[in-house]
Amino acid sequence: MRGIGAPELTYIVFAARWTILLSVMALVGGGFFGAVLTLAGISRSRRVRLVVTGFVQLVQGTPLLILLLLAYFGLSASGLELGALLSSALALTLYAGAFLTTIWQAAIDAIRPGQWEGAAALGLRRSQQLRLVILPQAVRLALPPTCGFVVQAIKNTSLASIIGFIELTRAGQIVSNATFQPLAAFGVVAALYFLLCLPFTLLTEWLEGRQTNLLKGHAR
Amino acid sequence: MIQTYNFDFWPVLQRWPALLDGVWTSLLLAAAGVLGGTLLGIFGALGRGSQLAPLRWFLRGYVELFRNTPLLVQLFIFYLGLPTIGVRMSPLGASCLALVLNNAAYTTEIMRAGIAATPRGQVEAAESLALRRWQILAFIVIRPALARIYPALVSQNVLLMLSTGITSAIGAQDLTAAASDINSDTFRSLEVFLIAGAVYLVLNYVLRVLLWAVGLVLFPNQKSWA
Repeated sequence: MRGIGAPELTYIVFAARWTILLSVMALVGGGFFGAVLTLAGISRSRRVRLVVTGFVQLVQGTPLLILLLLAYFGLSASGLELGALLSSALALTLYAGAFLTTIWQAAIDAIRPGQWEGAAALGLRRSQQLRLVILPQAVRLALPPTCGFVVQAIKNTSLASIIGFIELTRAGQIVSNATFQPLAAFGVVAALYFLLCLPFTLLTEWLEGRQTNLLKGHAR
Repeated sequence: MIQTYNFDFWPVLQRWPALLDGVWTSLLLAAAGVLGGTLLGIFGALGRGSQLAPLRWFLRGYVELFRNTPLLVQLFIFYLGLPTIGVRMSPLGASCLALVLNNAAYTTEIMRAGIAATPRGQVEAAESLALRRWQILAFIVIRPALARIYPALVSQNVLLMLSTGITSAIGAQDLTAAASDINSDTFRSLEVFLIAGAVYLVLNYVLRVLLWAVGLVLFPNQKSWA
């Protein structure tokens, strides 16, 4: 029987690059998608806003695992074979897009209406009001929760292992099955996730703390 | 590209008893996670403000450990890992334990923020009114803190309910597991996971409404989020 030695450890550690790749794909794809939805969500057309809200609620009310199974098994049954990596990326992108939209919309909503009105009174067009007045303030508000979502995105990629994509968690399963040492194998996997996520958790806390201090500073 | 696809929901709908069984298990898992996790999380938050430094460090470590690793890996450690040191659990038992501990870690952090926002003067006022220690904790610290962070708590618990499907990976027979079984029997993948998704969507709204109603009963004076 094999134990967990250097080859097994290397195998797990190197599988982490697929976790990182999936996280980057989810965040870049979800970030782009979320930005488009956020912009559409502040549209003056009620119908467009309704579509955005409906879509976000639909995705957030469905488990990510079901989205993943739909993207993998469902799409291939209907004739669109994406493979494990692209299916995972697609599901993670939709999911991240919906959550980032909620976060970013909340940040824009938190800017007082007077800011829009003031910008309009200065003769700025709506796109200029958004770009020059609203967004610079909203971005600061949105930064801590967006950073917190990075942690969720990294952890969510572990579900790709369920459809057989070999990333960190699946690599742990493979080593666990080969060595009969599940505790050690998944211990290493958990430690690696922890190392990937902790910097973002700490960064989120630091950003939140800075924001609280800023707000206190304004109150004084 | 996508050919015209003929939906056929019948083979899936025929197996509704299996889906219903799965729903019950999902509800059981969600109830365990919500109730156990919230209760444990309240104690966790109180412990985070304890004067015992080792307790504070332990809880901080626990919270960060569970918040920075995926639920799926936690499930594997509880179900596959713990038996190697002699702790054996059924898939359902391991799932409940993982969900409770996972939810409690988030609740501890959310609740801690609520308690931290309690004005010091309120506790002092309660002390000067000769309220007992448990009365101060229950009515001056915990209840107003809960009311303050209730919306965040609702979001967290809805997310937890939606993540119970992950327990199917260690063999818990929940809705997602039932859907996966039906998928391998019928190959009606699109239909079965669309139905499962729709059921989760309904459960999501049911839980939201339920928790909102619970909030109205528990905190009748808190108007800001109602």
